[in-house]
Amino acid sequence: MEHWRKSLRNGLGKMFPNNLLLTITGDMGGWELFKNSLWPMMLGGIKYTIPLTFISFIIGLTIALLVALMRLSNQKILTIPARIYVSAIRGTPLLVQLYIVFFGLGDIGLTIDPFPSAVIAFSLNVGAYASEIIRASILSVPKGQWEAAQTIGMSYSQALRRIILPQATRVSIPPLSNTFISLVKDTSLASLILVTELFRKAQEIAARTYDFMLLYVEAALLYWTICFLLSIVQDRIENRLDRHVSR
Amino acid sequence: MFLSVKGLAKAFGELEVLKHIDLTIKKGNIVTIIGPSGSGKTTLLRCLNALEIPNKGVFSFEDGFTVDFEQKVSKNKIAELRRKSGMVFQAYHLFPHKTALENVTEGPIIVQKRTKQEVIPFAESLLQKVGLEDKMDLYPHQLSGGQQQRVGIARALAIQPELMLFDEPTSALDPELVGEVLKVIKDLAKEGWTMAIVTHELKFAEQVSDIVLFMENGYVVEQGPPEQVLKNPKEERTRQFIQRIINP
Repeated sequence: MEHWRKSLRNGLGKMFPNNLLLTITGDMGGWELFKNSLWPMMLGGIKYTIPLTFISFIIGLTIALLVALMRLSNQKILTIPARIYVSAIRGTPLLVQLYIVFFGLGDIGLTIDPFPSAVIAFSLNVGAYASEIIRASILSVPKGQWEAAQTIGMSYSQALRRIILPQATRVSIPPLSNTFISLVKDTSLASLILVTELFRKAQEIAARTYDFMLLYVEAALLYWTICFLLSIVQDRIENRLDRHVSR
Repeated sequence: MFLSVKGLAKAFGELEVLKHIDLTIKKGNIVTIIGPSGSGKTTLLRCLNALEIPNKGVFSFEDGFTVDFEQKVSKNKIAELRRKSGMVFQAYHLFPHKTALENVTEGPIIVQKRTKQEVIPFAESLLQKVGLEDKMDLYPHQLSGGQQQRVGIARALAIQPELMLFDEPTSALDPELVGEVLKVIKDLAKEGWTMAIVTHELKFAEQVSDIVLFMENGYVVEQGPPEQVLKNPKEERTRQFIQRIINP
């Protein structure tokens, strides 16, 4: 096992040496440049773009569920903060939010590293957008379902967990997938606060070789591939959740 | 006397749907509630298990449990009131993501915390009682309306209520499916269940009721045994309503 792992590492090391970025130069032919840039960019994707997307999405969904329930309550003390949060996030550019968390908080003495800064900004952003989706999908479950749950004695949280959310989930998958796919692409903004994700890598190589067209199209193809794979996953999930619904 | 309700009133904003209702249900009795639409029958039934919270009214049960809605009623009291009755809805409201069997076991397992080993045979026997022993693993959308409504009845029975409430249980059904649901309710009647049924099926009401209650405009206009209310009503309005249904 150990031997196998070592030889795999050596093999990969030969194919994709660590200092590969330095070996890329402007003299390379187009195809060679494309090939040699692929791994550094994919590495940026694997190490930063994808984790950033997943972590932010999961935290964002948690915030979103909480905010959706706050907005659906009939207590002003809950609905008003929730409304302000959603309105503020939707009313400001994501890039500005990212800069406030990274540069702004840094300026007033709360320095946060680039990656966690990006997680905070993206989570808050997803939280606001997804909360509207979750709120609408909870409202789409017929009122009779709440009533039926009540009449068999369920509490609010039992009804929510066992009866309402499973049905709301089905409705929310297509719009939430949209949010998720947007998030994959939006993580490229993190390049502006020094997270060395996929697009940042493309920029770094382009800065050395001046092959902007080739490298940015290459980055675009990589984002497209990720999003395409994700949309396949989305179809699978939708099919699974649709099995109890007659059409 | 199983339940006595005194001075029940319910308004939705300005609209007074129930003005002043007095009602008693004896143990093992079947009370059917008839009346034109908008008369408050469904609201009355929904108040009985606190799906609508009444504005006024005192509910006293045989076992001494009392709720006075003129005072603030605690969540625990509402929960206890709900435990006493099972509700069957006009539109069934089955849980679409659960099988027939799971619809029935949900209450006993999740709410009453009974064990699966104990609940599953019990739920199976209830589905057998409503004639669905071969449909237990189907999802609601795979069942006909009549079958769905029978699952609804089994689900309500599963929480072992003392009182069964039916809100126009056959109104959403195709005519040829009405009979199978009414038969199940008649079987329950033979077993001695205490029931309150809102219905438009006068013939059925005549067959099963101990008491028929005719409502109009938020009041009970007339109540008594079916021979009296349906065959020989004292009140002119009751007579008109029954005439309209028999000879439309």
